[in-house]
Amino acid sequence: MTAVEPHAPAADPMLPRPFRVVAHHLDTDDTVTLSLEPMAGDPLEFASGQFTMLHAFGVGEVPISISGDPTWPGPLVHTIRDVGNVTHALVGAGVGAVVGVRGPYGRGWDVADGIGGDVLLAAGGIGLAPLRPVLWEIADRRTDFDRVVLLYGARSPSEVLFGPDLERWAQECGIEVEVTVDYAPPTWQGRVGPVTKLISRAGFDPHRTLALVCGPEIMMTLSTQALLGRGVAPDRVRLSMERNMKCGVGLCGHCQLRDLFICVDGPVLPYTELVDLLDVWEL
Amino acid sequence: MRTIEELLNDSPFYHGLPTEVLAHVAGCAQTARFEPGEVMFRAGQPANTFFLVRHGRVSIELHNPSRGTITLDTVHDGEIVGWSWLVPPYLWTFDARAAEATSAVAFDGACLRGKCDADPGLGYALMQRVAQVMYERLQSARVQMLDMYGAPT
Repeated sequence: MTAVEPHAPAADPMLPRPFRVVAHHLDTDDTVTLSLEPMAGDPLEFASGQFTMLHAFGVGEVPISISGDPTWPGPLVHTIRDVGNVTHALVGAGVGAVVGVRGPYGRGWDVADGIGGDVLLAAGGIGLAPLRPVLWEIADRRTDFDRVVLLYGARSPSEVLFGPDLERWAQECGIEVEVTVDYAPPTWQGRVGPVTKLISRAGFDPHRTLALVCGPEIMMTLSTQALLGRGVAPDRVRLSMERNMKCGVGLCGHCQLRDLFICVDGPVLPYTELVDLLDVWEL
Repeated sequence: MRTIEELLNDSPFYHGLPTEVLAHVAGCAQTARFEPGEVMFRAGQPANTFFLVRHGRVSIELHNPSRGTITLDTVHDGEIVGWSWLVPPYLWTFDARAAEATSAVAFDGACLRGKCDADPGLGYALMQRVAQVMYERLQSARVQMLDMYGAPT
């Protein structure tokens, strides 16, 4: 990372603020969690489910969901999978490196809508990262909700993210956590099979459940089908959409999904707004 | 001590079958226990039995000489292990191993097939249930085949 001089928070929404990497945690072979602190100005406040545009200076900028605890005034946390040039540069940003941050942007999970009922969270792969803030938010006000169930699917045991968090949510926060992997060696002591399979048997009352789903689009589609099959109302299913956000402020149209701009209308959207947009080849 | 009929009545697989039908099915069943790591059956062996898992976890495994043993699926409380008993040539296509201490109800496949042949109503009811299990496992296998976490979300 190129070092830059700190300066005041940017008023221009297109101008990244410099943040310093204060912690770098290797989650899996290709996924890293970075903790960032602003070099000047106030820390970012964010809502669970929002994203920022992370800038690797000299390389480029990508949208990354915030994966930290919104109830705790600590560093800004992002979990990044190395899938391209920019994410490769970000994953390689060690402690002390400087990256740019714009945002936070978009509409979050609004889990307060689930108060008084059950909350079902279904995550696939790195899709657990955007749900992590909402899990901390729920843990912080656990008594506001009835049953809270997290169903998490990963490719293999070595790709399960946030192991200590999963344990803590299950043991200390009253969250029912089910982890499954697509394939495993015989030494794996957990479930094997797709995460979508867990929905049919998960313990929640579909008529008073808010469902939050994040993962590959096919996983979200199948999870939604399973949730609707259980009787969850379509407007109580929320999905976090991934599109090619560029400006983050609804100007450029790169993330347009028919009449929606995912960066400002989403990334979290109720299924009722997406029902005609998922699985459309041209979109 | 609960009777096999009572155990069947509580299972999602047999849910909705009349008591007299459950009694008929129970005549082909006995309880079984498996220790952690115990092999329940191996691919290629005659599929004379199938299992309703009461408590525990069963791994469905495939052994590949180049990759070793891979767990493809796990079966849990209330779920069914095996349908090869219903389809010729009645041979297991995968291995099954108790991944933890497992109690089950074991059904004699030949006995059940005989009762299904004699009573098409029972045969249809059982076939509907097995088809549902096969459908779910096929869906799961297809989703796993997509390797959906291999590509970025």
